[in-house]
Amino acid sequence: MRSGASRLLLVPALLLVLVPTGAGLLGTLLPAFGLLPTLGRAEFGLGPWRELFADPGLGRAVLLTLASGVGSTLLASLLALAIAATLHGRPGERRLRALLPVLLAVPHAAAAVGFAFLVAPSGLLVRLLAPLLGLDRPPGLATVQDPWAVALTLALALREAPFLLLVILAAADRAGLDHRLAAARSLGRPPVAAWLEVALPALWPSLRLPVLAVLAYGLSAIEAALVLGPTAPPTLAILVLRWTSDPDLDRRLLASAGALLLLALGLLLILAGRLLEALLAGLRRVPLALAAAVAVIGRPAAVLVPAVALVELVLLVAWSVASSWRFPALLPSGPDFTAWRAALPLLGEVTPTTALLGAATVALALPATIAALEAPRSGAATSLLWLPLLLPQLAFVFGLQVLLVRLDLAERTAGLLLAHGVMVLPYVWLVLRGPWERLDGRLRAAARCLGAGPLATLARVVLPLLARPVLAAAAIGFSVSVAQYLVTLAAGGGRFPTLATETMALVAGGDRRRIGTAALMLALLPLLVTALALWLPAMLERGRGSARPSAPSQLLGKGANKLSTSSSVKLSPAAPPPSTPS
Amino acid sequence: MGSTRRTLLAAAGCFAFARLVGAVDSFGAIRERARGQKVYFNHWGGSPQINDYIAWAGSELLRRFGVELVSVKVTDIAETVGRVLAEKTAGRSEGGSVDLVWINGENFAAMKKHGLLFGPITPLLPNFALVDTEGKPTTLVDFTIPTEGYEAPWGMAQFVLIHDTERLREPPRSIAALLGWARGNPSRFTYPAPPDFIGTTFLKHVLYATIDDPRRLARPAEPQTFEASTAGTWSFLEALRPYLWREGRTFPANKEALHQLLDDGEVDLSMAFNPAEASSLVLAGRLPPTVRTYLFETGTIANTHFLAIPFNATAKEGALVAIDFLLSPEAQARKQDERIWGDPTVLDLDRLEPADRARFERLERGPATLPPEALRPVLPEPHPSWTELLEAAWARRFARG
Repeated sequence: MRSGASRLLLVPALLLVLVPTGAGLLGTLLPAFGLLPTLGRAEFGLGPWRELFADPGLGRAVLLTLASGVGSTLLASLLALAIAATLHGRPGERRLRALLPVLLAVPHAAAAVGFAFLVAPSGLLVRLLAPLLGLDRPPGLATVQDPWAVALTLALALREAPFLLLVILAAADRAGLDHRLAAARSLGRPPVAAWLEVALPALWPSLRLPVLAVLAYGLSAIEAALVLGPTAPPTLAILVLRWTSDPDLDRRLLASAGALLLLALGLLLILAGRLLEALLAGLRRVPLALAAAVAVIGRPAAVLVPAVALVELVLLVAWSVASSWRFPALLPSGPDFTAWRAALPLLGEVTPTTALLGAATVALALPATIAALEAPRSGAATSLLWLPLLLPQLAFVFGLQVLLVRLDLAERTAGLLLAHGVMVLPYVWLVLRGPWERLDGRLRAAARCLGAGPLATLARVVLPLLARPVLAAAAIGFSVSVAQYLVTLAAGGGRFPTLATETMALVAGGDRRRIGTAALMLALLPLLVTALALWLPAMLERGRGSARPSAPSQLLGKGANKLSTSSSVKLSPAAPPPSTPS
Repeated sequence: MGSTRRTLLAAAGCFAFARLVGAVDSFGAIRERARGQKVYFNHWGGSPQINDYIAWAGSELLRRFGVELVSVKVTDIAETVGRVLAEKTAGRSEGGSVDLVWINGENFAAMKKHGLLFGPITPLLPNFALVDTEGKPTTLVDFTIPTEGYEAPWGMAQFVLIHDTERLREPPRSIAALLGWARGNPSRFTYPAPPDFIGTTFLKHVLYATIDDPRRLARPAEPQTFEASTAGTWSFLEALRPYLWREGRTFPANKEALHQLLDDGEVDLSMAFNPAEASSLVLAGRLPPTVRTYLFETGTIANTHFLAIPFNATAKEGALVAIDFLLSPEAQARKQDERIWGDPTVLDLDRLEPADRARFERLERGPATLPPEALRPVLPEPHPSWTELLEAAWARRFARG
């Protein structure tokens, strides 16, 4: 296995990710140091950095970025852990699982707008209270776009908590935790404390990257920060966006320096996170007070997180058919289907392109990722695969455009596929890495002993076992492709109108009804595909005469581990022995 | 070195231009070559009405001239400027991906300065002769930068204030009155955070009312004297600040957000650059039917928005045919119709045939739209260099938290 040839399996994925990312990074790095010859700037220097640090809003913007990025990551992790710890093994867990994919298919932009409809001074919450407080005008409270980015932090946390919960539940399925938890409980630890002490350390290896991905997303979030974040100054990502779209083209140098600063902040935080991790690793017992606090949060959080997301969806639907909905009316007047009538022809025109593009991107990224995962472990190389998640898209797009034009791939299908591939592959890899690592090595060995080649082993042993995570990765990759606006426009140059390019342009107009329809249209296709990814394995299992009931609630990999977890959990390399007190 | 390059670029541009136009090519020949071309038109896509109007123009262009207009909707035209810049950086000097852009002001100044535009184009357009270049001087001077024919005027804009008569019967009609009114009605007024376009334009009105000598604004701003000459502007804005919505600690992001605040009843005033915008928002149900528009007594800033062709456009002839059609009385009258878009024409009605003039005279105005004779006085845009200093100085005072 460990031959040079099999290492080549890494090449497609690395090329797919690193060439565009590298070009994007170069397109950011050079201008940040004063080099952009097209603008007549050909002298290496620190001018853009000086200008960046002289910006009056920068200090506050960095602070806001750190606060909302770190705050939302910690809060999302806390919510997800609390829910997982409290609900473990209870019926509520099953219901929540069925709901999670739905919550995740709602695009970030839509969730942010929905959250604003809920908590803004003219939002649903205040309208509910208005009769009690005798309000006929919205109160003068900054409940969104507040100067400390509290609304942004909350909305990001609530949006990311379901993602982390999904990852936790998927990982918890196969680590054979139940026996260990029972053991810990029999030693007298309360259930929640037992979960935190036994399950969390076992799950953490699968959780680390998703948490970092949430952090990276939070730091460079655009849509949510535009809707909910402060404006004067905004977060660093929005400052960079403003400089990138400044009519004064020289500001692009400043934007490049700002984007690099954002990247540096991300890398520093990851380092800090690793330090914190090392410090906490020594912690064997969770203080009972903390466990109790988590238990107290858990129940309400398990209701709150999905409830907020569902109310957001309902508000989007309500706005999309409202003829008008002025404060303090509790219900919209209408229904008025003007926005939908205008949107539906569009849906017909661009849905096929969007779906084809998503499918083609997955068809490119999925095999490349699987090939990379089949290559003998080379940690450093594969960890580069998620670099694009850390880079602010804005900064990376200019370099990508230059690369595509140079390669004569701009406005071509191949260029568009390449650009979508970069954005999609890291997520596919993130979803598949865990299941692949935990797959029992003895199954492969047995297949090889029986004379199967590497391809046959993959096709007849590995893929059937990991069908669920592979389908889940495909669905998530598809959803990521559907949501791409900037990259689609940059690579496609308007030749490929998609749901994202057509609807995001309308969102710029600020009409809540159009925003409602746009968000729902963007959510529809990913929802369908996610449903399909859930339903397909259940159908297949039924077809094989499996006795298992159909289980649409298990998005990730339970079936994949029927064999491996039941037989050999303790031998699985990625599930280290639990750090129970001995 | 920079200037040599610029000269070379200009020479190359002229050469390409001469090749396109031929010696004394008539527009008929351009139309011939345009037939069958695909014109990629990049424009702000945030308004369904505007998108529908462009779709109509596309179908007419295809029917009449065999030119296929492809609408490329963007959230900010700067994305397109960036795209053309990326193509130039990559050395693609022909076969570019953008054929036609909708721009004005600083974006035009930037594209012109960096040689990203093709032209001059207006001498080639038959319908340009109908443009009211005397009555509407901003059709030739874009934010004090002479267009020199590198962009063709498409529509007129004038800053107006919007108020809901139901909630605010007598709005403040000058910058000074605004402060007095805000003192008596705290948190009922705000403006979009500069560098948003409308927010910056509001600042320019404060600048006009408070600068020691308004004539300075026609000339490039001098960084050395900027602070001294604008001292009044900042003391005004600081005095206004505590009476702003959210006490001036935060500002709405753009005019769409401000319209929403007006509709939600959080503030009493909004602003727009299209005199008919309030009427069309009423039609769309986004503002109450009781809103009206007005100008400051001393006038408001007016400008023009334009169409231009990037230096490396693939379908230059097609783009020229498209621009000429969009300048025709028929297309301009349809654009001015508030049920369609409500964007005022750049044409001089006196130069039109009676039948064409009648197209404009038939148009009805919404209740919130002021008649053309009420859109006075008109203030010119300050030189673009003021914008940058103004935005930077505002950020230093209001956006550092």
